[in-house]
Amino acid sequence: MKKTILRKLWHSFVDVAPILAVIIFFQVFIIQKPFPNLLENIMGMFLVVGGLFLFVIGLETALFPLGEKMATQFMDQGSVFWVVLFGFSLGFSTTIAEPALTVIARKAGEIAVQDGAITQAWEADFILGLRLTIAFSVGVAGALGVYRVLRGWSLVKLILAGYALIVAVTIHAPKEIIGIAYDAGGITTSTITVPLITALGVGLATSIRGRNPVVDGFGIIALASLTPILFVMIFGIVVYGARGG
Amino acid sequence: MNSYRNLIFESLANTAADLLSIVLVLAFFQAVILRRRLPHLGRLLTGLVLVAVGLGIFLVGLEKCIFPLGKAMAHQLSDPDFLFGEAGLQAGSGPASYAWAIVFAFLIGFTTTLAEPSLLAVALKAKEISTGAISPWGLRLAVAFGVAFGVALGAYRIIAGTPLHYFIIGGYLILMVQTYFSPNYIIPLAFDSGGVTTSTVTVPLVVALGIGLAANVSGRSPLVDGFGLIAFASLFPIMSVLGYAMIGSFLAKRKTGQG
Repeated sequence: MKKTILRKLWHSFVDVAPILAVIIFFQVFIIQKPFPNLLENIMGMFLVVGGLFLFVIGLETALFPLGEKMATQFMDQGSVFWVVLFGFSLGFSTTIAEPALTVIARKAGEIAVQDGAITQAWEADFILGLRLTIAFSVGVAGALGVYRVLRGWSLVKLILAGYALIVAVTIHAPKEIIGIAYDAGGITTSTITVPLITALGVGLATSIRGRNPVVDGFGIIALASLTPILFVMIFGIVVYGARGG
Repeated sequence: MNSYRNLIFESLANTAADLLSIVLVLAFFQAVILRRRLPHLGRLLTGLVLVAVGLGIFLVGLEKCIFPLGKAMAHQLSDPDFLFGEAGLQAGSGPASYAWAIVFAFLIGFTTTLAEPSLLAVALKAKEISTGAISPWGLRLAVAFGVAFGVALGAYRIIAGTPLHYFIIGGYLILMVQTYFSPNYIIPLAFDSGGVTTSTVTVPLVVALGIGLAANVSGRSPLVDGFGLIAFASLFPIMSVLGYAMIGSFLAKRKTGQG
């Protein structure tokens, strides 16, 4: 027990060590200035290593088993509808609670008012609408991803179709929304959601006969970085109107 | 010390909110739809608390140690005074003068990705279900190399001023060819890696680097060019993971061909 804990702590240190090495190297040899707050930096380093260590333990005792257990229970129950709804709820609820999303939505609201696209009175509605759109799109990715695992669809075809749709919609989307849309694709999957969703997908693929957990279990996260781009641009078209020409 | 306490509370509140939404969904489905008890409930709950606390502490540590140093260096390394010395900007000093900034971009992309907790989770899972065939370090190094290359190329793009969409469209074309030739098992994992890499550790540092560079190179807009880096950082790891698997299967084929 003691040994595994020490080993895990060591692993966490090894994960963080490269960043430290790079920063120390540049500070000492290239920039050649002393560290501004050495004591604070050292304390911060201990927090980074300790935090990562606790996270990994929690990952193995809770997030992975939870995702797998839920997957087998849903398969025992045998209802496609509920497990797809579960995928949707997981995506929707974790995204609506994501702090980074709130920040981006607020910024987008400010820009929209400045551009004169919407009046001040509509700003709050615009922000809420954008957040709901993004959360909904991640929910759709969760539902679609789970359904894909159940049916054994090829991920590549789904992704190619997604890219084609995104290109088609980008051509018609107002340019004010495009930057926000592409950013939204990157920020939506939080660190707690990723392991849980991955374990769910893999758990589902493991409990269906004929599915390969490696080929069929992964891929939900990939969908969750495509759908927000698409849905936010559609939201933009609805709010701003389609771009002429 | 007071600032520490506030930061830790704030950070814990954020991760707790994230966790709470998950727990509510899980509890609803468990109680209303599945109507079954989860085994080892106490253990699971303890684990969830560890996840939230660990992530909260990790974020505070980043805020206190990695981010301020990294951001200060990103600004310093893109500062013309530092790059060109007292003499200032020479006529005709092209992208080559920014070599250090590009090297730093590469290393920051590489190292932040190795410390990314969600990538670690995906890599552990991949090892578990492939019964060790996909090595976590191999996968993480491949992803880290992709991010590093993407961020370095992105930094070069900001300096050279090539339009973003050339690279993105070119990248997607390469990706399609690669997907066609890659072994089947790696494709979903590769595309997942692209979504996972741009997360807690990578985004703030890479955006700081992009904004620092864009602010110091004349004719660049920090808002537009700072974010281009993130798009690169999620495109290139897909390529590098596919490439990693292609090389792996090529070597395996040659081995069996000879033996």
